[in-house]
Amino acid sequence: MLIPHPLLGPRDAGEFTYLGDARLLERPDGLGPDAPAAFHDYVYLRDNIAGVQRELWFHEQGDRSWLVVTRDTLTHEILKAELARDVVLARKEAGK
Amino acid sequence: MTRLSGGVIDRSRTLSFTFDGQAYQGHPGDTLASALLANGVRLMGRSFKYHRPRGVLSAGSEEPNALVELRTGARREPNTRATVVELFDGLEAKSQNRWPSLSFDALAVNDLFAPFFAAGFYYKTFMWPKAFWEKVYEPAIRRAAGLGSLSMLPDPDAYDKGFLHCDLLVIGGGAAGLSAALTAARSGARVILADEDFRLGGRLLAESGPFTDQSVDAWIAGLEAEFASLPNLRVMRRTTVWGAYDHGIFAALERVADHLSTPGEGVRQTLWRITAKRAVLAAGATERHIPFANNDRPGIMLSGALRAYANRWAVRPAERVAIFTNNDDGHRTALDLRAKGVEVAAVVDSRAEAKVLGDYPLLAGALVTGSRGRLGLKAIRVAQHGRDQWIPCGALGVSGGWNPNVHLASHHRGRPVWDEAQQTFLPGEEGPPGLIPAGAAVGEGSTHAALMSGARAAVKALDALGIKASPPNLPEAEDRPLGLKPLWHVPGKARAWVDFQNDVTVKDIALAHQENMRPVEHLKRWTTLGMATDQGKTANVTALAVMAELTGKTIPETGTTIFRPPYTPVSLSALGGGNTGTHFRPRRLTPTHVWAEGRGAVFVEVGQWMRAQYFPRPGEKTWRETVDREVLATRAGVGICDVTTLGKIDVQGKDAGAFLNRIYCNAMASLKVGMVRYGLMLREDGQAWDDGTCARLAEDQYVVTTTTAQAGPIYRHMEFCRQGLWPELDVQLISTTDAWAQLSVAGPQARVLLERIVDGFDLSNAAFPFMACGELTIAGGLRARLFRISFSGELAYEIAVPARYGAALMGRLVSLGADLGATPYGTEALGVLRIEKGHAAGNELNGQTTAQMLGMGRMVSVKKDSIGAVQSRREGMAADSRRLVGLVPVAATDPVVAGSHLFTEGAVHNTGTDQGWITSACYSPHVGSAIGLGFLTEGEARQGEVVIAANPLEGQAIRLRVVSPHFVDPEGGRLRV
Amino acid sequence: MRFSGFRVFKEAVTGHKGWKPLWRNPEPKPAYDIVIVGGGGHGLATAYYLAKVFGQARVALLERGWLGSGNVGRNTTIIRSNYLLPGNQPFYEFSMTLWEGLEQDFNLNAMVSQRGILNLIHTDAQRDAYRRRGNAMILSGADAVLLNRDQVWAMAPFLNFDNARFPIKGGLLQPRAGTARHDGVAWGFARGADLAGVDIIQNCEVTGFRIEEGRVKGVETSRGYIGAGKVGVAVAGSSSRVMSKAGMRLPIESHGLQAFVTEGLKPTIPGVITFGAGHFYVSQSDKGGLVFGGDIETYKSYAQRGGLPVLEDVVEGGMALMPMIGRARLLRAWGGVADMSMDGSPIIDRTPVDGLYFNGGWSYGGFKATPASGYCFAHLLATDTPHETAKAMRLDRFERGYVIDEKGVGASPNLH
Repeated sequence: MLIPHPLLGPRDAGEFTYLGDARLLERPDGLGPDAPAAFHDYVYLRDNIAGVQRELWFHEQGDRSWLVVTRDTLTHEILKAELARDVVLARKEAGK
Repeated sequence: MTRLSGGVIDRSRTLSFTFDGQAYQGHPGDTLASALLANGVRLMGRSFKYHRPRGVLSAGSEEPNALVELRTGARREPNTRATVVELFDGLEAKSQNRWPSLSFDALAVNDLFAPFFAAGFYYKTFMWPKAFWEKVYEPAIRRAAGLGSLSMLPDPDAYDKGFLHCDLLVIGGGAAGLSAALTAARSGARVILADEDFRLGGRLLAESGPFTDQSVDAWIAGLEAEFASLPNLRVMRRTTVWGAYDHGIFAALERVADHLSTPGEGVRQTLWRITAKRAVLAAGATERHIPFANNDRPGIMLSGALRAYANRWAVRPAERVAIFTNNDDGHRTALDLRAKGVEVAAVVDSRAEAKVLGDYPLLAGALVTGSRGRLGLKAIRVAQHGRDQWIPCGALGVSGGWNPNVHLASHHRGRPVWDEAQQTFLPGEEGPPGLIPAGAAVGEGSTHAALMSGARAAVKALDALGIKASPPNLPEAEDRPLGLKPLWHVPGKARAWVDFQNDVTVKDIALAHQENMRPVEHLKRWTTLGMATDQGKTANVTALAVMAELTGKTIPETGTTIFRPPYTPVSLSALGGGNTGTHFRPRRLTPTHVWAEGRGAVFVEVGQWMRAQYFPRPGEKTWRETVDREVLATRAGVGICDVTTLGKIDVQGKDAGAFLNRIYCNAMASLKVGMVRYGLMLREDGQAWDDGTCARLAEDQYVVTTTTAQAGPIYRHMEFCRQGLWPELDVQLISTTDAWAQLSVAGPQARVLLERIVDGFDLSNAAFPFMACGELTIAGGLRARLFRISFSGELAYEIAVPARYGAALMGRLVSLGADLGATPYGTEALGVLRIEKGHAAGNELNGQTTAQMLGMGRMVSVKKDSIGAVQSRREGMAADSRRLVGLVPVAATDPVVAGSHLFTEGAVHNTGTDQGWITSACYSPHVGSAIGLGFLTEGEARQGEVVIAANPLEGQAIRLRVVSPHFVDPEGGRLRV
Repeated sequence: MRFSGFRVFKEAVTGHKGWKPLWRNPEPKPAYDIVIVGGGGHGLATAYYLAKVFGQARVALLERGWLGSGNVGRNTTIIRSNYLLPGNQPFYEFSMTLWEGLEQDFNLNAMVSQRGILNLIHTDAQRDAYRRRGNAMILSGADAVLLNRDQVWAMAPFLNFDNARFPIKGGLLQPRAGTARHDGVAWGFARGADLAGVDIIQNCEVTGFRIEEGRVKGVETSRGYIGAGKVGVAVAGSSSRVMSKAGMRLPIESHGLQAFVTEGLKPTIPGVITFGAGHFYVSQSDKGGLVFGGDIETYKSYAQRGGLPVLEDVVEGGMALMPMIGRARLLRAWGGVADMSMDGSPIIDRTPVDGLYFNGGWSYGGFKATPASGYCFAHLLATDTPHETAKAMRLDRFERGYVIDEKGVGASPNLH
């Protein structure tokens, strides 16, 4: 596979390490009242979509960026790749 | 020799070769198959199950029958298709799957008992008595099965891997591929043309006069010249594109030196990974045969192959030849053979309306219903208008139409679609993105259609890339229709082969139908159809048609089959690509590696690292003797160990402390500048992950250390937290593992030794106490970092210098400390020292343990949120009462064996009564016996109790006493002096 | 009809006219006591044991495509019980004992071949870990032998002992482990279930569950609604997709797993060999092909195909371990979808929906579990209590902190 790195252009997937669903960016508050249930959901449960999903890749043999890659798990087609940092900052700024 | 005139062979040179020890001669341009045929050899192999005598069926990579063991010694290659072996001088080949000889094969007796070996027979018997399967039946089946044999010697040749990029990859160098490549290359696009053959031209080479305005030879010669002048085109002969992977990545195998007797200094094969923006699949088509009774005799081959042997290789296949066809292509073979002076006994055409196209006897509306000749065809039986006749002939060409080579188009699991008009499967719409099929691969099979289709495909492919291309002038070429009328098999009572190599007959398919093995995948699995080395290239579609006839459904309703990589088999050596032996994985060397080699160190693999395991001295007879010395020297004086392999991560920024507070389960923000703290990291699932030290060099700078094994994963995780969880924090990370050489200097004389090397740095206990850290210079100006931390329980420091000074520092410390007994020690002594001190390492931190089990449950702060804290409090983890304990043998001479399981004395030993296990063990020169660490149920409360260490694997059950895991200085006084 | 050598002989001399369909093609009835969703190995085994052992007479099994088309038809055929943890090992040993009598039980030769599995040891720490594992195996009633380097050499002299990046220092052998013919297993269970009265319905895709007041009433299928007292789902590879129709999210991610076979060769390799320092394991099929595999694809995929890098990595491992296979050729690669659970261990449990039961999360080790998985799932479906050996395989173990993490890599499905 080739991953379209937003800063570096297309890079071989072999340079990257895969983590999983991009919902791992949405870590619950460990001091919150519902933390046990929220963390069970966060750590263990997955939508496991057959189709387009957002997922996390780390450019380990490259610039060490964490990327959010939008990819179809049925065809492996990649629709988009963004810096995870940008995605998270935008979400936090939006106050979500 | 039975050569005809013409052909693309170099008659000026003669090549000698042997087959089964018999010497023969051929010419450059020959394949092994063409040379054998030219020498009158028809019998080349034996089938898989019935050991039937077999000759060559095809003239290409689809060959199911003519498999040989090529070459000898360590270069022996079993199952090599004689049809694709380029002849070289001195070639040696041997037939296979026969004993004692090819013409007399004892296992041919299987053929007499064929009724017992019908499809699926082995699923129904060999079950009694039970123990006989492994001892009797299976060994017999295994010896009879298989095909060729390996030499069992390592491959002596070299292999390589390479990467290529292009705008357009053209797969196949026949009419369509050449036209596509020419079109694209002239546009200036970056083009790769790959073909499996050693000569460009594909089927063009096998035809007589496919062009009406020029000769094929002249056209190809012109192309070759132009291709050689185009820097944007790379022509790869002897290169099979065998797999279509994601995002335009194709796998290809170049047989660089298979046409030579040995590769010499070069590589034998190269595995290419080609990244192509677009690709044209011009892989041609494979002719299909028509099953009839005993259609597998040597001499019966595909009609197009017969034509190819005559036209390209000038092989006279036999004195008298017959053709069996359901289309006009068979007639062309007859015409070509006649033109070369070969007698055509008959063209047997199943079409009643077939017309004769030349000077040969035509039997229209006729079928071939049988054959004679045990080791080679002697005659065929023909039925016409209700009458049978035997026609003597030495070769029969069979033409049942052509199956487009859709393989790569289905590598992404897209299914081919049935074309009713052409009665073939064509590439479907769901093929790999950017792959455009052309020529015979998409049913454009006439020479004219293939040329046009190739050019069109190239124009279309490049257009999508914004590159303008236009079709070149192409030769005028034949454009005759096939006029095919389907005939999938000739009905009859005798066996008619569908899959030659695996001996699957029409009857087997009928039996599968009778037994309800009707879905195509059941059919294949029940009968082994399509599982042979040709992957069903000559069998699958025919079998589908036979099944369709039995079920009364159409062929597409009956099913489709898709193909998986590789298109043709690929040697494992090429896939390994030379990354074998000691090159299997990279080898990381520590800064003191060469120094340690000079001291005679023994090394050990620790992940990718090579570390000094121990430093034997003359006279030491066992490794234990050496390790005991290193341990005692460290505890008594000072020992030095290279600990560079531990992960080091620099954490900088205003929020570094806040960041680390969330990474470690214990607090780090409160750490004072100039001090170090032990830190434990959990995984988000609450399990203990990694431990190490965290040193605060400045308000906004920490240095985190990790274990050797987790250096990479921890760094990746910290980057994830920094970028993905808390990007608002002002913190930066960099891994400095390779930048700093780090040495542990441990033992009561450690301070004395270090004082001899620091540049006026106050090392007194007051100025630089236990867990202090600082930056300083040593040896007259070399910058260094010093940490007063201890893994051994002794007064100890770790000193870091830029990596290139590591070896010099080691050398200087050892020589400056000679009077103090300074002793380099390796990982074995390091392990003993840490077990004696009760420190957890990889055996304890194996990802299945909790902070509580390690005795660090209280470290997990409840005042802050940190990775893993919430999950570490789940019911099941909180309830786990296993704790790290020390273990010593009750009888001092007894061993302590890691991996033993712990039981209460007197208990039965089974999974239910299991109370823990021994994680680490060693001989402790300090204690004077073996010692161990382990996890034990309710371990905290059991000090003094005797437990049983059961090791039934090695027949041991040893009584051990539970003690504190801190065998040395449990109060920690020695650390603080 | 009973299969036997005599029967093969009789049919051979009478023209094979007497062979009957291995199973019927029944039309679905309006309702069953128990409906099994999924005609892979585990579903078929469940149906078989429900009918044969637990006396269930009204059972249907629904398969989307052709029976045996799931991972039972696309694996490397290894059977073994060499696990470490008490939540797993007794279950797999139970499976091994079922394998040992399976062919006589369901009357079809599935070629269960107990030629042993050898896990190679390359470091002292690995030996300690394998000793712990071997002892866990013996303590559960299984067999295990710890071998030194010379003993490994005697078994497999063709391994790379001279020139290895990671030298071989020994091995852990389970003599009773081995291989079985994967399709034969599916067909044996299917034929046995069919003979015992189970309706096996192929080409019948479950498109939804009818759930009323928290209780399952039946399933919607491509061939109409089918009522059910209980529904058992065993669709490894598609678990998340199917269970989402019942509103559930699972602790499972789907990853591609490739397997490979070479051209047929005369006997080369004795049993199953696993490389402890690379991603490679290998056995030889009765037909002569070297069957080998390695790691899963690290990224999520439902595509049923794999990538080139894993193939190269696996073969590099193979060549490093046994360089004499270099001149053999890769014939075929195929891919399946592995239900990677969050701790790498399976789930056989009830669900929050009454009457709906789930079997899945087999990661890449489901084949060896087939008989026990079927038996234990049948036990649960028939008696509503977990089988003794499958008690730990609960769905709520993640929430409650009782994970069964053999590899110790945590909630990282692609690392298990």
